[in-house]
This record gives sequence, structure tokens and C-alpha cells, in this order.
Amino acid sequence: SSSSRDDSLRDKRAQILSRGLPKQKPIEGVKQVVVLASGKGGVGKSTTAVNVALALAANDSTKEVGLLDADIYGPSIPKMMNLKGNPELTPKNLMRPLKNYGIACMSMGFLIEETAPVVWRGLMVMSAVEKLLRQVDWGQLDYLVIDMPPGTGDVQLSVSQNIPIAGAVIISTPQDVALLDACKGAEMFRKVHVPVLGLIQNMSVFQCPKCKHETHIFGADGVRDLAKTLGLDILGDIPLHLNIRETCDSGQPVVISQPQSDA
Amino acid sequence: SFLPERSNLAGVRHILLVLSGKGGVGKSTISTQLALSLRHSGKKVGILDVDLCGPSIPRMFRVQDSAVHQCDSGWVPVFVDPDKSISLMSIGFLLEKPDDAVVWRGPKKNALIKQFVADVAWGDLDFLIVDTPPGTSDEHISTVEALRPYKPLGSILVTTPQAVAVGDVRRELTFCKKTGLRVLGIVENMSGFVCPHCSECTNIFSKGGGEELAKHAGVPFLGCVPLDPQLSQSLEEGRDFIQEFPKSSAFPALALIAQQILDGASQRSS
Repeated sequence: SSSSRDDSLRDKRAQILSRGLPKQKPIEGVKQVVVLASGKGGVGKSTTAVNVALALAANDSTKEVGLLDADIYGPSIPKMMNLKGNPELTPKNLMRPLKNYGIACMSMGFLIEETAPVVWRGLMVMSAVEKLLRQVDWGQLDYLVIDMPPGTGDVQLSVSQNIPIAGAVIISTPQDVALLDACKGAEMFRKVHVPVLGLIQNMSVFQCPKCKHETHIFGADGVRDLAKTLGLDILGDIPLHLNIRETCDSGQPVVISQPQSDA
Repeated sequence: SFLPERSNLAGVRHILLVLSGKGGVGKSTISTQLALSLRHSGKKVGILDVDLCGPSIPRMFRVQDSAVHQCDSGWVPVFVDPDKSISLMSIGFLLEKPDDAVVWRGPKKNALIKQFVADVAWGDLDFLIVDTPPGTSDEHISTVEALRPYKPLGSILVTTPQAVAVGDVRRELTFCKKTGLRVLGIVENMSGFVCPHCSECTNIFSKGGGEELAKHAGVPFLGCVPLDPQLSQSLEEGRDFIQEFPKSSAFPALALIAQQILDGASQRSS
């Protein structure tokens, strides 16, 4: 019968395709991994990842939180966490993460000079991501927050194929082009069987500090509509606030330095 | 047996790349507005969108539902209007559904980019603008390598003023140097926001970072483009911002950037 032939063909194909894929292995000592992704660049993944990591630690001081910057080409975490320098090596030859505000951080930014570009093809990127995941002495972590780069390519695939991920959070700004990419991001996680915990709308509205007039610079409510379409929760709505950028540039993330502000 | 003179890019007078190390700074926006400005100066422009994961260009012209046809010399680019003054090529046109995600590793991306460079029948163009994704990865290496025989005019680097963006763009400058790509200049985008209500200017993303970087790196500074909600809205609706909103706050800066590009191109031709 042709349907059973189709089934067996499909099974055989799945078998062949899954050969040679890396096996998912959890990182020793790390309880849960949460990734922050978007598809689109510049929507605030790193900014949010840093502040979420800090907020997780602030909400429960018994939890140990780590932050991994998986953006190989444009690592922003070192600047935002006010960390610099090459990581030390432990006796077992693992890299020791740099710590600030109680969060253990690792980034490509610690391994290269500030002005040096990483002009690598995908294969080298895969091996770099592997090193940043496994050759780091994370210790015992309750949460590892991974800041993903923009796009839906090598890094995202490498991370999701390599380690079990508890969930992904997708960040977007309200404009159409960002939402389109956020959709692709969600689709990508579906393809690699990573649960999407929800969406965050960033840069939603700007309030003029002088006259308090509110402007929706990048549009309004786009993320809410997308969340409804995809059946996902909105985990947060972050306004455009001068403090967020100022504190990130100076390496004192707003959750730490201005916990009372709107952000 | 490869002859640049007989290829699909033979009729293209100037090729320029729009780059940034950082994502979300406005590469596609600047690419689109530059194309519109150049068109208003009477030029024929093409845009090649090599951002395979996040193709934004089709949406910005509201032609995301168009299909790409084949002709003898390859793919026919999508025209934005009956005048055929702006033509586009993007992976966005090749997807079955606009929401489809392109989750590819490097080698597959490289193959498609080579096709995009060699197999699109652009015809005669004054300018071909190549819009890139953020970073310095497969797409960028492949694009620069594939375009090398056609001697691009150079690259425009887009940044926002804040430190994290400038840091990434500094890396991109090094990439240009390493690959021998001339830097036409730096654009500082989202530089300040003027409240439509009270005209108070707030530097949401800081100010001056791009200009300082240009000075420090010894490359031309092409100008500051402010945050302009009318520009964002035009992009959402696929409208011609340059034609319809000449009094808007971003217009003067965008027009100036286009003028500098035209001057640079005519200098090179002479």
C-alpha cells in the first residue's frame, strides 16, 4: 500500500537526517537555560537579557544566575555589565566567567580585542559557541540566560541542538519589519522543538521628559497583536526611556542603578 | 572564462553596500530612503537585500506579495512602480509564506548569495544598493567576495549614537579595511528625537557617537538622521517618504546623504 510506503520512506529519511546531528547534553551544574532571541537586530535583546538576569537574582537572592552572550559578531554584554579582560583558566582548563553584580558572565567580547571584528564563516562560529557553552566553569547555576544574536542561523541552531533549553523569550519592537522577524524567530524555535515562553514588547512608547506627551515612535501594540495570533503570552512591555540607554552605556544596568524607574 | 563585462551586473554603474556591525540601526531604512532620494534625482536604482534571515526591503515598499519571474539571463527583479525606476531582489520574494523562517547554515546562505549577485537581470542601473544583515559573517564575506570583480563604489556604515552600537560599527570598519572595501562614510541614525508636541529634543539613544567614530577613524561623516515617527510610519505603509514628507524632520539629513553619494559617484566617474 502506498501510504505505508510513504510512512516508511519518511521514517527512513528522518533517521538519515538525524544521523550526525550533535546530541543534546545539558551543561554540568546548570539547572535551567533561558534564551532571549528576536530574529530582528537592535530590538533590545542584550539590554533586556542583562536586566532580566539581574532581576532574577534580585527577586530571589538564593538563586545563582549566569549570563552568556552568544552574539559572536557583536558582543554587547561586556560593555553593559562593565566587565573587561581575558578570562582566567581553572586547573581543569575551563574559562572562569567574569562576575559583576553577582552574575557570572561569558562573552566573545572577553576573548577578542574591542576593535577586532570576528570575520568567521559558520563552521568556526559553531566551534566558538561550543566553547562558550562547555568550556566555561559555570559552577552551580539555577538559571543561565543566553543572549542570542539577531537572525535565525548558525548560532541559534548550534545552541538549540547542543543543550536542552527550558524556554525561549522573543523580544520585538512594535514595527512591522521587527514583528515579521519575530515571527520567523518563533517559527525557528518551533522547528527545533524549543518551547517559546512568550513575547516582550520593547521600545513601545516614549514620554517626552519636558511635556509628558507620549509618542509611539515605532508604532503601537504590534507585539500584542502578534502574541494573540501566535497564541503566546506577553511577558512585558518596556517603554523607551533615556535611563535605559544611559545606564547601559555606563555599565550600570537600570535594574541595579535605578530600581524605582518606570523601566 | 568569467567576464564581468558580459555579466548581469555589466549595466550597473555604481555598487554600494550598506553595512553595520550592529543590528537594528536602520540599514534597510537608510537603503530604502537613499534609493528613493536617488530616484528623485532621476537615477535608476536597484536594491539587493542579502539579509536572508530578516529580509525587510520588500515590506518597506509594500511589494512583499510579489513573485519573482525568470527570463533568459536569470531572475527578473521586482519593480516597485510602473516607471521601473526602482527594482528589488530579496529572499522575501522567494518564500512561500512571508512568515517562513530561513534557518540555514553558512554554506547554503553562501550559495544563494552567489546566485543573487550573478543571476539577477538588473539591466541598466545607475546605482545598486546592497542591504546587508548585521555582523561580519558568511553573508558579508560571500557578498564582498562575489562583488569584488565589479569594483564596488564603497560602503556606507550606519550606526546609532550609543556606545554598544558604535563598538560594533568600529569592528565593521576594520572588516572593510581588511577586505579592501572603501568606506564612503558613516551615518548616525536615530540621533535625537524631537517631541512633536513641545519640540523638546531628547537624545534617547545618545548623540555624537557616530560623528566621533568617523573623526577617530578618519572617514567622512555623512550626517545625523533624527528619530522621525513619520518616517517609521511611511516604512510601515510602504510610502515614498522622500516624496510625501519633505518637511519632516528626517528629510534634510536623508537628502544630504543622497547628495554626498551622488557627488562621490560623479567624482569617481570623472
